[in-house]
Amino acid sequence: MRDLHKMLILAGLALAACGVYLFHDLNGSFDYALPRRGVKVFAMVLTGIAIAYATVVFQTITHNRILTPSIMGLDSLYMLLQTLLIFFLGSDHISIMNRQVNFILSIAAMVVFALLFYHFLFKKGNQPIYFLLLIGIIFGTFFGSISTFLQVLIDPNEFQIVQDQMFASFNNVNSDLVWLSLVIIVLLIAFAWRHNASLDVLSLGRDTALNLGVNYDSLVRYMLILSAVLIAIATALVGPITFFGLIVANLSYQFFRSYKHSVLLTGSIVISIIALVGGQWVVERLFTFNTTLSVIINFIGGVYFIYLLLRESRAK
Amino acid sequence: MIQVRELSKLYGKKQVVENVNVDIRRGQITSFIGPNGAGKSTLLSMVSRLLDADTGEVLIDSTNTKKMKSNELAKRVSILKQSNFMNVRLTIRELVSFGRFPYSKGRLNDEDEKMVDQAIEYMDLKEMEHSYLDELSGGQRQRAFIAMVIAQDTDYVLLDEPLNNLDMKHSVQIMKILRRLVDELGKTVIIVLHDINFASVYSDRIVALKNGRVVKDGPTEEIIQSSALKEIYDMDIPIQMMDNCRICVYFNS
Repeated sequence: MRDLHKMLILAGLALAACGVYLFHDLNGSFDYALPRRGVKVFAMVLTGIAIAYATVVFQTITHNRILTPSIMGLDSLYMLLQTLLIFFLGSDHISIMNRQVNFILSIAAMVVFALLFYHFLFKKGNQPIYFLLLIGIIFGTFFGSISTFLQVLIDPNEFQIVQDQMFASFNNVNSDLVWLSLVIIVLLIAFAWRHNASLDVLSLGRDTALNLGVNYDSLVRYMLILSAVLIAIATALVGPITFFGLIVANLSYQFFRSYKHSVLLTGSIVISIIALVGGQWVVERLFTFNTTLSVIINFIGGVYFIYLLLRESRAK
Repeated sequence: MIQVRELSKLYGKKQVVENVNVDIRRGQITSFIGPNGAGKSTLLSMVSRLLDADTGEVLIDSTNTKKMKSNELAKRVSILKQSNFMNVRLTIRELVSFGRFPYSKGRLNDEDEKMVDQAIEYMDLKEMEHSYLDELSGGQRQRAFIAMVIAQDTDYVLLDEPLNNLDMKHSVQIMKILRRLVDELGKTVIIVLHDINFASVYSDRIVALKNGRVVKDGPTEEIIQSSALKEIYDMDIPIQMMDNCRICVYFNS
């Protein structure tokens, strides 16, 4: 029951963060500011849920607590797509100007890539999962290099637009897209939630999981595709932010010290809501928009990542 | 009965297991012995579906394992490998509770809890059931994993070198427990062993492998013979009778 206690405290903090963000310094602007802030909070909560869920599941499948799903190269693919669109069609084209069109295009590209990627890999029989990750890194680097190459060639004014897309931002999220994402994310996670007990067994290793009757290969495939789709939605909604998952997943492991995925997943989701909403508030009020949330996330995440690496190497 | 039919496994071009046919009888301890690289662990992994065979099939009580659902198979056959690395921190009781997963899917009912209690008591782990696995000695850890397999309550229990890294006292303790599982609970135990004297003293039947093939298969007293061992290990090993046990004196042969 101590887990429940901790969870309640975290949930309280998350609610408080949302409340402060929504109502602090509102000055009675219920018609103008509140709906705008509401959409942002909504987007942050959704992104937090998607990233936290995808990262914890991905780390369980790979038996590695310092990996994030970004290793599959989806962030790089997103950046490549944005760069290609601006390079060939220009920044005033509908695929860049219209958030909805851009959103659908981005999701389609990432999901199709992930499905093709897994399809070809799994068709060749049961490759070890690290083989799959290595191929993902190669693709990610490949996409990244092409993007950089094209970015060097384009007009500096156009590059400004590309640069905007490079950092996650909650400042111009489209409210229609938030509703669409909400439906998809909630459906996906609700369907996947019944696999939590099997994921617990998966963290005991492949052999033990097979021994206990978990359908290892199909569960791993399902979860990989699921985390790819969740990452695709979050990235298309606000931009590349996958690194963030590393922080919240590990904070959740440290805070709860449980092996139960129902606890770890809920915990990391709540922590990520606190971090995103709280962080955004800090960016807006304390830094008065002088920096972006993803810069702060990358800074804190990088420091935390080094700490994790040092701790892991000392534990050996 | 477990029937292994024409089972083969290739790693690249190397034939690790080649057309193996073995019958494993119920209610006995069957030991797999043989030199390093003979294919013992590979064979055991294929029987327990941890590894896909290239050709051949495994029948458990006349049903092909490929036709069984993995959850159903987990109620019939359990396997314990040599290394059990994991990156979660569990207590003994939590680990043993996982043994009930094929039945309860993570939601333990009263009967599951009772089985977990019994398994823990059977392995004499009651007073440390809430200790974490990483705080235990090698022998205690091994006992905790065996307790999980007992809680899984399968007819067939497969173990891959369970005595690795254990001292004499704990090795004897584990082998005695396995003997009791067979004699008292009617389980069938299949075990890969390196020390032929443990195989000689505790097993009912011995299957000897060499270069991926079965070279000997029979009751223990037929295999623990100087002539048979010469064929398996290429060593002249004298056998001494001590307290009705056949002991192989291989240390200076």
